[in-house]
Amino acid sequence: MNLLLLLILIPAAAGLAAFAIGPDRPRRILLLATAALHVFITGTAAWHRPPPLGNGWLALDDLGLLFLAITSLLFLAAALYAVPYLAHEKPGAQADRTEPFLFVNAPEATFTGCLLFFLATMTLVCLTQRLGLLWVGLEATTLTSAPLIYYHRHHRSLEALWKYLVICSVGIALALLGNFCLSAATVQTPGGAAAPLALYGLIGQGHAGALQPAWLKAAFIFILVGYGTKAGLAPLHAWMPDTYSEAPALVALLSGALLNCALLGILRAFQVCLAADLGAFARDLLVLFGLFSMAVAAVFLLRQRNYPRMLAYSSIEHMGIITLGVGLGGIATAGALFHALNHSLAKAMLFLVAGNILTLYQTKEIAAVRGLGRAAPVTAALWLAGFFAITGAPPFATFLSELQILLGALSLDRWGVAALYLGLLAAIFIGMLDVFPRMVWPDPVRRGGGAPPVAGTLNFEPSADTAVPDGSPTPPPEPRHYAWRLLPPCLLAAALLVLGLAMPPALAQFFERCGMLIR
Amino acid sequence: MNTFLTFDLLLVLLVLTNLLLLVSSRLVTCIRTVAAQGVALALLPLVLGHDQVATIAGALLALTVVLLKGAVFPWLLFRALRVAHVKREIEPYVSYTVSLLIGILTLFAGYGIAARLPLPDPGISPHLVPVAIFTMMTGLLLLITRRKALTQVVGYLALENGIYTFGVAVARDGSPWLVELGVLLDIFVAVFVMGIAIFHISREFDHIDADQLTALKD
Repeated sequence: MNLLLLLILIPAAAGLAAFAIGPDRPRRILLLATAALHVFITGTAAWHRPPPLGNGWLALDDLGLLFLAITSLLFLAAALYAVPYLAHEKPGAQADRTEPFLFVNAPEATFTGCLLFFLATMTLVCLTQRLGLLWVGLEATTLTSAPLIYYHRHHRSLEALWKYLVICSVGIALALLGNFCLSAATVQTPGGAAAPLALYGLIGQGHAGALQPAWLKAAFIFILVGYGTKAGLAPLHAWMPDTYSEAPALVALLSGALLNCALLGILRAFQVCLAADLGAFARDLLVLFGLFSMAVAAVFLLRQRNYPRMLAYSSIEHMGIITLGVGLGGIATAGALFHALNHSLAKAMLFLVAGNILTLYQTKEIAAVRGLGRAAPVTAALWLAGFFAITGAPPFATFLSELQILLGALSLDRWGVAALYLGLLAAIFIGMLDVFPRMVWPDPVRRGGGAPPVAGTLNFEPSADTAVPDGSPTPPPEPRHYAWRLLPPCLLAAALLVLGLAMPPALAQFFERCGMLIR
Repeated sequence: MNTFLTFDLLLVLLVLTNLLLLVSSRLVTCIRTVAAQGVALALLPLVLGHDQVATIAGALLALTVVLLKGAVFPWLLFRALRVAHVKREIEPYVSYTVSLLIGILTLFAGYGIAARLPLPDPGISPHLVPVAIFTMMTGLLLLITRRKALTQVVGYLALENGIYTFGVAVARDGSPWLVELGVLLDIFVAVFVMGIAIFHISREFDHIDADQLTALKD
């Protein structure tokens, strides 16, 4: 059987099976096995590129392979994290962390099943070269991920779910309108309106030159705004902070993968524009959206009091950076694609560490987490490493990719863009510098000879208000299997270090090849 | 009967349903109106040209759309309405008069936009694209300015109706995937409506005011 078909069918079948399996242990093993198998098949497909299936319904090009690999790796990290996480979550009613009420979790079978379906739909997005099927795949990701967001069944996650559904559905509907416009643009191509919207036809056979420019422009705008909603580009990013702060950490991680898939949808439309000689128009839009997203993220990052929300705004910033890089073109293109990989790894790591901090301290308030370095040294080290990685500091790979985008802007003499880019990066660095170290080191007040922690603080229950508690709260002892929850972030950090210090030449060439597709 | 006359009549029906959606406060009226709109646009491709009436696929598709938009969605929405115990929209962010005014402005804007975009098929009614744009804007307006979660779903349905109308305009020569996509979006809406969400919201909050969903913000 074709490997491409297997990549989609295996997670889908496993998802169905997960609903049917009663006991927890076999279902968790199934999740891990599927994730590992998906990575393995992706690797095999990268080695021996499988033949396309049915006129571009399913085909693997370099760009698709890059995003497929990111998705697959992130899912493996999520699955590794999910097993100890789900083991820790209690069945039945439990008390909320910040407000006085009880809630239950969604059944674990539903959660696992939807995770696997989510993987199948994201894979479909990466593999197809038909713009119509790509749209169907992205629409399906919204559906399959909605139950994941509503895992903790209480009113805040319900609110996040509602916003996610409404905003993403409107975005997806606009993208459909964009696809209709693209179809209207094909009127003079050979075969007329009946010609399928497949990349091989539009680009490979040069049909794109015959597209009507007015319709194509409209199509690109709608697709950019529509998929941009799912990719977290401002101004339609409003669902992201809510979703990220209310969903479990591993779901936030997977939304990170979803952002990339939505970005792939934009890149596919960009490819069509390039082939139709509308590159300059599309580039300007991408640069504009990229810088605007960075600016919005910077504004909201500077006064953020909630660390999962901070990570969400950071995602908006990085999607802006990638969009900017693609829009600039030249050497910035390969840099942007490299950055897509780096950002995914760094953000995944941060989300998982944030999930661990949440388990330890039972609060999402930045001000209520103090002295992490003493309470949980490994977690604290990872949190700091994540800070350097996400702000693009050496020796992490994010430094290289952000630098390459800057060099790209300079080599094109886009001085204004380069200055704005640097200024926004600096503002965000300062905003984050205010947060991460403060959480790791103990409170200065306490260090200056405050009262030693009394026994009662061991069961510290943070209050809903955001006042800094006097004295560093001591977190409760680490839960069972906690060490296992440190493993995935450690692996991700190591990968970022390796990429930053010794990038394999083959991988660098791969990014160059990907970049050639969209420049 | 002259097919062009029928076609324009259906377009007039779309415009009227939009106007009704913009001014009505009763949720029952909103649901019925958007259902009528769905049925009207399901018939659009049938009267568009003689070549499509003949195809069985076209008729089947129209039947599916009528069933979904005319029967399944209203049924789902009425069920949600019963669970949620609400009757009418209360104090929208933008008053009904102003909504109506904005709506009519978008209809004019639609004519302006349509004049710039050459349609693939010149034989098609020049009113189709403006009406499609008007329907989309009505949907967006309802989504943005109404408080009840149920009205927002009605707005989403109207937005989707507008996009479908637009699809009819550009997909004249039968590109099957476009149509399939439309139907898929419909199914998505069905899941979305069921989305259990409204049921959960009404159980969790004792109401379905989307504007009460404000715990998460910056």
